[in-house]
Amino acid sequence: MKTGRFWAWLVFAIGTAYFFIPLIATFEFSLRMRRGEYSFDAYRIVLGDSRFQETFAYSVTVAVFTILLGVLLVVPTAYWIRLRMPQLRPVVEFITLLPLVIPAIVIVFGYIRMYGSSSPLPFLGSARGTDALLVIGYATLALPYMYRAVDTGLRTIDVRTLTEAAQILGAGWTTIIARVILPNVLIAVLSGAFLTFAIVIGEFTLASLLNRPAFGPYLQNIGANRAYEPAALAVIAFAITWGCMSVIQILARFAPKSANRPN
Amino acid sequence: MADPFLSIQSVKKSFGNVAVVKDFNLDVGAGEFVSFLGPSGCGKTTMLRIVAGFEEPSAGKVLIGGKDVTGLKPNQRNIGMVFQAYALFPNLTVAQNIGFGLKVAGMPKAEAQARIAEMLNIIKLPDFGDRYPYQLSGGQQQRIALARALAPKPKLLLLDEPLSALDAKVRISLREEIRSIQKKLGITTIFVTHDQEEALSMSDRIVVMNEGRADQTGTPFEIYNRPSTKFVANFVGTLNVLEATVSDAASGKVRINTEEIGLQGKLNGSRSGDTLSLALRPEAISLGRRPGTDTSLSGQIADVHFLGSVIRVRVGVGQNMVSLDTFNNSSTPPPVVGEKTEISFSSGDVLVLH
Repeated sequence: MKTGRFWAWLVFAIGTAYFFIPLIATFEFSLRMRRGEYSFDAYRIVLGDSRFQETFAYSVTVAVFTILLGVLLVVPTAYWIRLRMPQLRPVVEFITLLPLVIPAIVIVFGYIRMYGSSSPLPFLGSARGTDALLVIGYATLALPYMYRAVDTGLRTIDVRTLTEAAQILGAGWTTIIARVILPNVLIAVLSGAFLTFAIVIGEFTLASLLNRPAFGPYLQNIGANRAYEPAALAVIAFAITWGCMSVIQILARFAPKSANRPN
Repeated sequence: MADPFLSIQSVKKSFGNVAVVKDFNLDVGAGEFVSFLGPSGCGKTTMLRIVAGFEEPSAGKVLIGGKDVTGLKPNQRNIGMVFQAYALFPNLTVAQNIGFGLKVAGMPKAEAQARIAEMLNIIKLPDFGDRYPYQLSGGQQQRIALARALAPKPKLLLLDEPLSALDAKVRISLREEIRSIQKKLGITTIFVTHDQEEALSMSDRIVVMNEGRADQTGTPFEIYNRPSTKFVANFVGTLNVLEATVSDAASGKVRINTEEIGLQGKLNGSRSGDTLSLALRPEAISLGRRPGTDTSLSGQIADVHFLGSVIRVRVGVGQNMVSLDTFNNSSTPPPVVGEKTEISFSSGDVLVLH
């Protein structure tokens, strides 16, 4: 028993070290900008840089639109698949997994060929059109996470019976989705939303090749040209991601409870 | 029935090549409580879902209050329904659950609040409005589900095995409560169950379903005492079936093993030499000769189970096994396995199954 516990702790310690040592080292390095003493100069420079603020604001805006598009696309689809077409579930799951298999660079080159300024759908002919295409591209990249999060949420409730109970009480489809289904999978939707946010904030390939002023290309640019600021940026990006995950955890406490899931 | 409130006319339903409901006809009067009783897969839930509008019939029509509702969606039928799995909305409080249908119907808030309070009083849970479903027991959840179904004053109430998920004690008290609320409100109700005791104790009429058809429709008394088919006789209540041969059709004599008994007027055109199944309820059979009975058969005690107030005895009568219950009497020792005995019954209690 004691030997088992020793090995468990050892594995835990190795895992923790593997995870935290690079993080601590990066953080420590980001504080070394001023010679001979620790300081937050790198953070001050990064946070004070107008390009940081602009690109971050741009990526946050794009992330919000991506989340909206993802929710509007995925919630009704996952709901309908569970309710009416369960036989299509493997097909839809396969489609949603494709963005993990097909590299973003393939997707973006496809977009450039399909939606150039001389094509019938000239998304790339204007800045707003390109922004829209970027949102669509990000929604595609986030699809595996969003779909799985929502589908898992739907699995915890009896979709069919709740739908029928609402229907027999006179509710139409909009009421059913808005007042019965969505509130009961809200936490799952939020999990998907934050995962989407994390993906969009750090994404480089699509934004760079579509030439949009996003946070990912800015990160890359700073990383290639500066010494301490990239480390500070990495820590900031990490803090944002962790912040998102903490919010998911906090929100999960407010999840609607059921007889099967009382705690 | 002169003017049925619910009329199901020649309804058929198939899923692919499988016919689940085959030519189902039923008229239900206003305020009547009718149960669909049958084993799993007999089509009773499918028939209920057709009435609710969740399934479209392959043929036939459904009329409510004289109006053909076959093509209407469930949310256009003004029907209340209680599901086996409660189906309360987990994100809403009890009061919000009960008020859901009222809000959808656009009822003013004050009026809706009054109706919710009225419903909570009817189900005897007046202080539960602020609770969430997960804070309630199964029985309480099902009462809330009943209140939610009744709140919008539906024309028809459908109950889809609402007691199946509850423990035995709650099931009995809730079935009495459902029946009393139904009588009080006078709402026409269809109740689906596979539990014969529930159906017998609650219903005005029972439809016994078998393989997509209504085998027999009648009052609980008729269904139990005068089953029209072998299936109904076997499914409702415990039944002893004895294999017999008609020895003399003219005088109504049948032979069971080596003994002959008279069933004058019950053979319904059977001819001498025909084989018949004779059915007897356990409560119609006595151990030994009982005064007032006209028929007896000899047998041997095969099994004795002491159940406290009752002793269940199985008696071998030739190739047949007959089960009967006798009350426990502390001054009389129970029968002994292997002992020769006689069973007696009235020939009038024998059901001839064709």
